[in-house]
Amino acid sequence: MFDRRLITKFDWKFLLIVFSILCVSVLSIYSVSAYKEQMKSMLYVKQIYWIMISMIVFFIAVVIDYHTISRYAYLVYAVVVILLLLVMFVGKVGLGAQRWLSFGFISFQPSEFSKLGILLVLAKYFSENAQGSGFRMTQLIFPVVLLGIPFFLVLKQPDLGTGLSMTFIFISMMFLVGLRSRSLVFIGLIFLMLLPFLWNFFWHHLKSYQKDRLLTFINPTVDPSGTGYHIIQSKIAIGSGGIFGNGLLGGTQSQLKFLPEGHTDFIFAVFAEEWGFIGIIVLLVLFGLLLLWGIDVAFKAKDSLGTFLAAGIVGMIGFNLIVNIGMTLGMMPVVGVPLPLMSYGGTAMVTTMAALGLLMNVKIRRFMLFY
Amino acid sequence: MKEYPSLPQENLKKIQRRIVFLLIVLGFGFGSILFRSWSLQITAGSFYHEQSENNRVREVFIQPRRGKVFDRNGNILINNVPGFTLYLIPEDVKSRDYVIHKISEVLGFTVEEIEKKVSQRQFSPYLPVKIKDGLTLREVALFEEDQLELAGLKIEVEYQRNYVYGKLAAHVLGYVSEINEKQMDSPDYENLPQGTLIGQYGIEKKYDQFIRGEPGEKGIEVDALGHEIKILNIKEPEGSKDLYLTIDLDTQKSAEEALGDEAGAVVAMDPGTGDILAMTSHPGFDPQNLSGRIRQNDWDTLIKDPFKPLNNRAIQGTYPPGSVFKVLLAITALEAHEIDPSKQIDCHGVFPFGKRVFRDWKKGGHGAVDLHRSIVESCDVYYYKLGDQLGVDLIAEQAHKFGLGRATGIDLPSEKEGIIPSSEWKLKTRRERWFPGETLSVSIGQGYVNFTPLQAAYMMTQVANGGYRYKPRLLRAVSGQETDQPIVFPPVLLDTHQISKRTLDVVREALRGVVQEPHGTAGTARSEYFETAGKTGTAQVIAAKAGAGGNLNSKMLPKFLQDHAWFVAFAPYQDPKIVVAVLVEHGGHGGSAAAPVAKKVLEAYLVKKPDRNPSGPSDRVTLDGRSQSRIPEGGED
Repeated sequence: MFDRRLITKFDWKFLLIVFSILCVSVLSIYSVSAYKEQMKSMLYVKQIYWIMISMIVFFIAVVIDYHTISRYAYLVYAVVVILLLLVMFVGKVGLGAQRWLSFGFISFQPSEFSKLGILLVLAKYFSENAQGSGFRMTQLIFPVVLLGIPFFLVLKQPDLGTGLSMTFIFISMMFLVGLRSRSLVFIGLIFLMLLPFLWNFFWHHLKSYQKDRLLTFINPTVDPSGTGYHIIQSKIAIGSGGIFGNGLLGGTQSQLKFLPEGHTDFIFAVFAEEWGFIGIIVLLVLFGLLLLWGIDVAFKAKDSLGTFLAAGIVGMIGFNLIVNIGMTLGMMPVVGVPLPLMSYGGTAMVTTMAALGLLMNVKIRRFMLFY
Repeated sequence: MKEYPSLPQENLKKIQRRIVFLLIVLGFGFGSILFRSWSLQITAGSFYHEQSENNRVREVFIQPRRGKVFDRNGNILINNVPGFTLYLIPEDVKSRDYVIHKISEVLGFTVEEIEKKVSQRQFSPYLPVKIKDGLTLREVALFEEDQLELAGLKIEVEYQRNYVYGKLAAHVLGYVSEINEKQMDSPDYENLPQGTLIGQYGIEKKYDQFIRGEPGEKGIEVDALGHEIKILNIKEPEGSKDLYLTIDLDTQKSAEEALGDEAGAVVAMDPGTGDILAMTSHPGFDPQNLSGRIRQNDWDTLIKDPFKPLNNRAIQGTYPPGSVFKVLLAITALEAHEIDPSKQIDCHGVFPFGKRVFRDWKKGGHGAVDLHRSIVESCDVYYYKLGDQLGVDLIAEQAHKFGLGRATGIDLPSEKEGIIPSSEWKLKTRRERWFPGETLSVSIGQGYVNFTPLQAAYMMTQVANGGYRYKPRLLRAVSGQETDQPIVFPPVLLDTHQISKRTLDVVREALRGVVQEPHGTAGTARSEYFETAGKTGTAQVIAAKAGAGGNLNSKMLPKFLQDHAWFVAFAPYQDPKIVVAVLVEHGGHGGSAAAPVAKKVLEAYLVKKPDRNPSGPSDRVTLDGRSQSRIPEGGED
């Protein structure tokens, strides 16, 4: 199964980009945890451990042919759904949401893994059914159901961010598979007609804090010490970074715990405060190269499965990236979406690295015509 | 592996071309992020910079109020009083030199002392560094009037430790001071912020975790000058508990007064519980002067003092017990059935042994002496003979049964063990065999044997209560702030060693004679209110040239070479309620120097307030087989 070409075709430049971002992550988490209280838990050390585990996962995801992986897509999907169901019954409650499954020494968030599940299963379905002329309405029913099951399970937790993230994986693949123009118009019309009902349904199913977040996003100054607090402090942190930033460990806002969740969802604000606009450009270039590389993989893939996988992964990472940074900048409502490769957290790290492994997998095998 | 079903090449190309959509969406996202970052960091950069300067959040610790300490009757010994504390927040200091100069000028610290303080390990430059507590109003005023120039200095009202009776029981109570660098690394004091007061000595140290509680935290928003603008969140400090000691305030006071200016120690114990009723050591110190920020030279004076005021002589001073040890010899002999207590020996004042002659303290001797007289008059010759007969190992074995030569386990830090010599001990520590002549010295409490005043009292409690070994203790009860009722700890019975009633009767009767009979060595301890039993001791500081037990005229010697005076007693004789051990360093004879001290302490406890016993009669042990009749108050015996 192991092929010499795995090494010769392996793209080390890509790994360099990933490593650069991981270094930035560790530095930023170190910076947040340099403050007294997190010092005991040594978050950055834990993050390094997670990175090492993720690297193993990454290489496993590279080595096993993606066609082989795809053959087990429905199995993976089923496992993910079962895990999500488990979370509903025996999950650990953290920060007001029931998201974690705990196995004694380790606890993880199945909702993160569910992104991978949906990615594999949709890529398989779309590639097997795609024609050049685009999808018909009826062909969409099954993938929508595939998306719907885990979507509602994570929404129930509630984890709006992951739900939207899955939807975006779906949408990015939809872009590729294409819809017949008649279907597109039809969907558009139905959507517009249903919009008020959908909104009502949606709104009533949101937890009150989620509603608050949406409202405060529209006007953060309504409740500056409550829900708007995150957004305001995040903006102050980023804004005070200026062009060159305050330097490593120099971020007053994040150091002083002014910024809650500085090591997870608001890691970008910590980074931006310390490294300034210059730092943001460098980081965006790194992420941009990563995503362009992924798009290139999608474009040059040998078969449609590879293309769909790559597109889904780019969609997933790109969506998380833009939404996360967007919310720290106060451009989007605060939904719990981690910044890929940057936010502290094991499950997200493993998921992202597995996805990048798949990308590399597709890239390497585009040259391999025979198996 | 079979090839994966794939699309016609043309369709694949079509699909791939649609990737442009993805590119557009991502491009749009990245573009808006860049634009937004630009507007926040560049266009509005200075605005947000100012916001961050003026709008900082500080986490400050709220020190819990240390638990109070009471005596056994609820009299307060240590409480807290509000006082002013000066803090410095390094980050907020605008003119460092000026601020340090000002502190130095007002408080009298040297610049180095302040620099050292400020540069001490800190978690963050935004956390306040404690400079000094207990500021006077004048000092506060001097800092306040210069407020604008002194940005970074902050005065807070905080509770400070107050030792209500000053020097009283200083060695028991101990003192608190700021946690030092070394302690910050110790697991016992994990995560305590700089400036936290922790117990450094005595009860304050031993029960620090009880008294200290958990510091709280307060998130405050401050402006660029460090002024508190509002409280964002607050976690109250919690968990500090009050302590109820076994100490009896009046007895303690009388012990301190009775010892007066002499160097020495007094320990009073309840033989029925092991409760320490009083414990004093002289010279002492004023905990108030050591608490909080102590100046280096004050400290140096204290630790260089030749009289070692920081030494708790009651548990750390080890002294040869002198004739006090004869009580143990008598018990050993009787229990081993080695002697007939009524059998007399002739004492001519000397005891020839090998090539040496061991002398009695009384020139010319005591004449015909039985066991009773040997204790009452403290005849050395009787014990030379007895010791020789018993051998050192039998004596050591009995001494260990009484818990001598080992730490008693009292709840105070740094208790000393003392030495009970045996042939094995000598072989181990000196690599020499035991010489029989040395047994003779040990028999009268000289030579290698030494122990603490606490151990002397400890031994006597067991004689008084019939062989029950209660662990000596200072903590009687603890109260939580949340619960009204203090939790009272029961006394801890460590061991009961069976001493026969016959042995106890003989020895106790002799001990009574020491005080109550005309020829007794401790007539000075006799009280008109109750009967006392006890034993005097005179412990030589230098071995007399004529051999152990020789009678060098100690009155001729300078004070620091004079003998230590002992007296260990219990009372009332019929139903012992209190044991007192007194040691007066270089006091001369036990009967003249130590016995009167004990008498005052006994009277303070038994006579003036006879019903002072909150632990109630239930946890007391009375003499087995004896009546429990109480001595009538103030009555003649």
